[in-house]
This record gives sequence, C-alpha cells and structure tokens, in this order.
Amino acid sequence: MKNRSFVSITDFTKDEYIRILNLAEEFEKQPTQKILEDFVVATLFFEPSTRTRLSFESAASRLGAKVIGFSDASNSSVVKGESLKDTILTVANYSDLIVMRHPREGSARFASEVSSVPIINAGDGGNQHPTQCLLDLYSIRKTQGKLDGLNVAFVGDLKYGRTVHSNVMALCNFNTTFHLVSPTELKLPSYVKMHIKNSNLEYYQYTELADVMKVADIIYMTRIQKERFSDPIEYEKVKNAYILTANMMEGCKDNMRVLHPLPRVNEITEDVDSTPQAYYFQQALNGVYVRQALLSLILGVK
Amino acid sequence: MENENIRKELVVSAIENGTVIDHIPAGVVFRVVRILNLEATGTQVTVGFNLESRKYVRKGIIKVSGKFFKRAEIDKIALIAPTATLIIIKNYKVIEKRQVVIPEEIHKLVKCVNPNCITNSQNVDTRFKVIDKDDLRLQCHYCEKITAKNNIEII
Ligand SMILES: [Zn+2]
Repeated sequence: MKNRSFVSITDFTKDEYIRILNLAEEFEKQPTQKILEDFVVATLFFEPSTRTRLSFESAASRLGAKVIGFSDASNSSVVKGESLKDTILTVANYSDLIVMRHPREGSARFASEVSSVPIINAGDGGNQHPTQCLLDLYSIRKTQGKLDGLNVAFVGDLKYGRTVHSNVMALCNFNTTFHLVSPTELKLPSYVKMHIKNSNLEYYQYTELADVMKVADIIYMTRIQKERFSDPIEYEKVKNAYILTANMMEGCKDNMRVLHPLPRVNEITEDVDSTPQAYYFQQALNGVYVRQALLSLILGVK
Repeated sequence: MENENIRKELVVSAIENGTVIDHIPAGVVFRVVRILNLEATGTQVTVGFNLESRKYVRKGIIKVSGKFFKRAEIDKIALIAPTATLIIIKNYKVIEKRQVVIPEEIHKLVKCVNPNCITNSQNVDTRFKVIDKDDLRLQCHYCEKITAKNNIEII
C-alpha cells in the first residue's frame, strides 16, 4: 500500500482491508507510537468537517507526524480563486501525504492524478468516504469477532447515503446477508443491489424497522433528510417511522450492536445510549486507529 | 429497382475522395452533423434522411467530401449513432466499409451528467468507462456517477 492513494473503497482488495484492520487493532492496544516523526501530513478541508478532520489529525499526531493544512476553504488564502490542481501541487511540495475533503464529487480522484504524494479521500461530495467505511468494518469485526457471514441491517436513507453504498460494497466481500430497511422512495439504488446479486449474496427489503430487530447482528442507522423528498407530505409520513428506541431492543440478539456514522439527529433516542447494544460512540473512536493504520501503511513505515 | 439505383448513387457516386456515414438512425442525422462540426469543414457535405433501408425503417446518410475521420471523431459518431457504417472512398472507389464501434473508454468527448462533478467545475478532462454498450451507460472516472444514453451531451 506504500505511496498509494486511497480514494474509493474499491481501490483496495479484501486482503488489504484485513491488513489495515489488523494493524488498527495494534494501534488500539498502543495508540501512541512515534513512528511518523519524519513526516508531514497535510489536511486540506475545502469544506468543514470537524469530526473527520480531528480524527485524522489525532491519528497523525499520535504517531508523531507534523500536521499542516486548513479546516475551511473560506478562511484559506491558498484556495481563493486558485484551482484545485494548483493547491494540490503546492501542498504536495510541503507534505508527504494529503488528506482532503472537498464538496465536489471526483475531486479526490483528480487530486490523486496530479499529486506527487498520496491522497487520502476524507469525503468528496456525495461520492466516497472510504475511511468511514473502514472504521465501520473495524467496528463490525470488533463487536462480532468476525466479518464473515453476518446479518447486517441498514436503516433509513439507503438511496442517497454514500456510507451505506460503500459499506454494502465492502461487505459483499464477507458473505453478508443484507437487510435493507427504508421508506419506498429511499430504497437502495439498483446498481448497489446488483452488486449484491453479482456477489451471490442475499438481500431482503423492509419498510418496518421492527421486522429486522431479531435477525440482525448489526443495525446500521442513518439519518433521513427532509431535502431528499420532492413531496414534503411523504417526508412527514416517514420521518418518525425509522427511530430506534431502547424498548425496541427487547428480544434482539445478545451480540447485536447499533452503529451510526454520526452526527445523529433523532433517529436513535437517547435512552438507547445506555443499552449494551449502543456502539456508535466507540465506533467513532475506532476511526482514529483505522486512520493510524492507513497513514503508516501508505507512508511505508508498517 | 430504380429506387435501389438512386440509393446507390446517393451513397457513392458524387464523392471522389471522402467518407460516407451510412445507416444513421432516424432523428440523429443533424446531431451527427453538429458534433462533427461539418458545416465548418469547407468541403462539400450532403445530408439525406428518411431514406428507405432494409435494416432500419428510416435511416440517414451523410456524405463528406475530402474528409477522413480521426479516431476521436469516429468515437463521437459511435456514441450518437451506434448503428452507423463508415464508407471510405478514394478515387470514386469504396476502399473500406466498417461499422463504428463504441470504445471501452471515452476521453474528452462527453460531459458528465452530474452537476457536482469536479469535471464540471474545474478544468479537468472528462473520462468515462463504458459499462453498457447496448443500452449506452457511461460511468464517470471521477465522480463514479452514470451518464445514460438520454443524458449524453457531447462536448
Ligand atoms: Zn463525473
């Protein structure tokens, strides 16, 4: 993986994911290791995402790397009127690796083609956010003790949720059975379902969250956004239909865990937080270990 | 019989050197003229459409004098008129006749349908993988979105 960019979840193979997850496990045991002291990591956030940026910067800092960059393009003199290409070429002079988030889809792929240093995509518009996917895989493996042969339920906006699409694609490598819970107008796109079929795996579609509570090993919740609906009446109809509450946990599998990419709005009530099934805050922390693993593999020190 | 002769004549006779684009599906003839910018070639161009055809109920034909198309231009024709045949004529003789082929990858020819794609906001050449040739579907190399047949806009 040395010197390779990580733009899309399909850039790495199943074996490479496993290698990243195994290394992340080592970092979880010992998060502070000064193995990147000779490196400069740039974090270029052309649109703000405090959560993701802090996770990357924390990962880089714990490994001893210097971090440079900007957290919001509007405050940055580098970006005013400057083309993305010029910004990347400039920053590549000052750093060994660039982590970038950009509102335009395809921006990270383009950056990886013009940059002399590897690019990690920390989100390109609605397209890809592959490190989120890796940390989800890590969380699933950690809570279930394995990745293979699980029943994974995805709930909420399955049409526009890019994390859902990437996770489904990645999980197709691991013999997963998919349970897809969404309002009819926010069903998983057919090309993603096609990917499941082509992997010879099964998926089941539901409109009721209650229907998957007993079968799921993982329930992956996502937010349903009002602006996704052309008809506001449709939104009003479904907005409260996909809310997970503590009393719904009754009868669920002991090993079942609830994941959510965060931030949540109201789709998981706060009484769920204290149940043994809640895993979403730990999930976010796992992002640091996964990003540590990725940084050290791409920079070639592991 | 007479019809057939007229048709043949229309296809080949008037050109000494050049290319005939035959079997263009009805309805896209002028689109082909436009994407190849044939009005600006300066040579003689003859356009026929609503012609009877055995294969297609109605077809169009374009004869371009003194012009031999380059790869990128042929790719453009293939995208708009996948059934088209190119007939290369030298010294009044047909020296080659071939069906256009939709390429595996398409560079700098088509605009990405996704308004939020990086290729639509910065100076980035478009690039697509052809994922379905029969029911033309192109996947953007950058934003990964699909541009389908009815959305194809030639640059
Ligand atoms: Zn695109």
